[in-house]
Amino acid sequence: MERVRERLNMNAIQVIPVNWYLLLSAVLFTIGVLGVLFRRNAIIIFMSVELMLNAVNLLLVAFSTYLSDSAGQVFVFFIMAVAAAEVAVGLAILMSVYRNTMSTDINILSKLKG
Amino acid sequence: MITQYIFYFLSFLAIMFGLMVVLSKNPIHSVLYLVLTFFAIAGHYVLLNAQFLAAVHIIVYAGAIMVLFLFVIMLLNLNKETEPHKNVWLKLSAAVAAGLLLVVMVGSLKNAEMIAATNTFDPSVGLIENLGKTLFGEFLLPFEVASLLLLGAMVGAVLLGKKSIK
Repeated sequence: MERVRERLNMNAIQVIPVNWYLLLSAVLFTIGVLGVLFRRNAIIIFMSVELMLNAVNLLLVAFSTYLSDSAGQVFVFFIMAVAAAEVAVGLAILMSVYRNTMSTDINILSKLKG
Repeated sequence: MITQYIFYFLSFLAIMFGLMVVLSKNPIHSVLYLVLTFFAIAGHYVLLNAQFLAAVHIIVYAGAIMVLFLFVIMLLNLNKETEPHKNVWLKLSAAVAAGLLLVVMVGSLKNAEMIAATNTFDPSVGLIENLGKTLFGEFLLPFEVASLLLLGAMVGAVLLGKKSIK
């Protein structure tokens, strides 16, 4: 155990400023936003939302390690559970949309306005 | 020193594959690039000493969620030909809007003041022992609520997936 602890002492957060993780997460989040705005395929939009969630996860882990507080990493577990639930229900909704319209284009959903 | 190079490399991979997710024409390629992005992020987790979280991230995202995406894309038989496209002006305005968001975020975060870490640095915080103690101690109620959420999602997905509800 002591050897493991010693090897783990080489930690990224001691060498890399936490600001860089902030910037990396901002860039990844923006890529997710770009995907939501840029594409019309609903599945790609879902994947962009996953990318945004992961940007936030990365930032939570970075701050959790920086502050040596494990609560941040537990939050990441909850975000993963919510993401899994969201994808399951979202893809089921998408399947039923496809069954009715034979397309995953989100513009077709504007018919829902009635 | 080598840690910094690994950080640069993983960040480059994550950003490049993330862009490829958005820009590639074929939905299947998008899914595969997203898996590579998740692997790069898992590498970041290992770099940050969150080994258990890295393993869970690979299992849940690359193993479960992405397989679900691939299943649906193959079931619906989506490919390059069926891919809908926005017109050029909408794409341009989307890129401008996202670029402006990036400028605002980078501008506000660039000179953010560093908060000083209050407690002393503990390298074992990401190990399963500490995470379990926090998860089943301080966060026991949210943990139980998450199980309810998953049950609800399962029931909802089965109900929506059925052919017709009589």
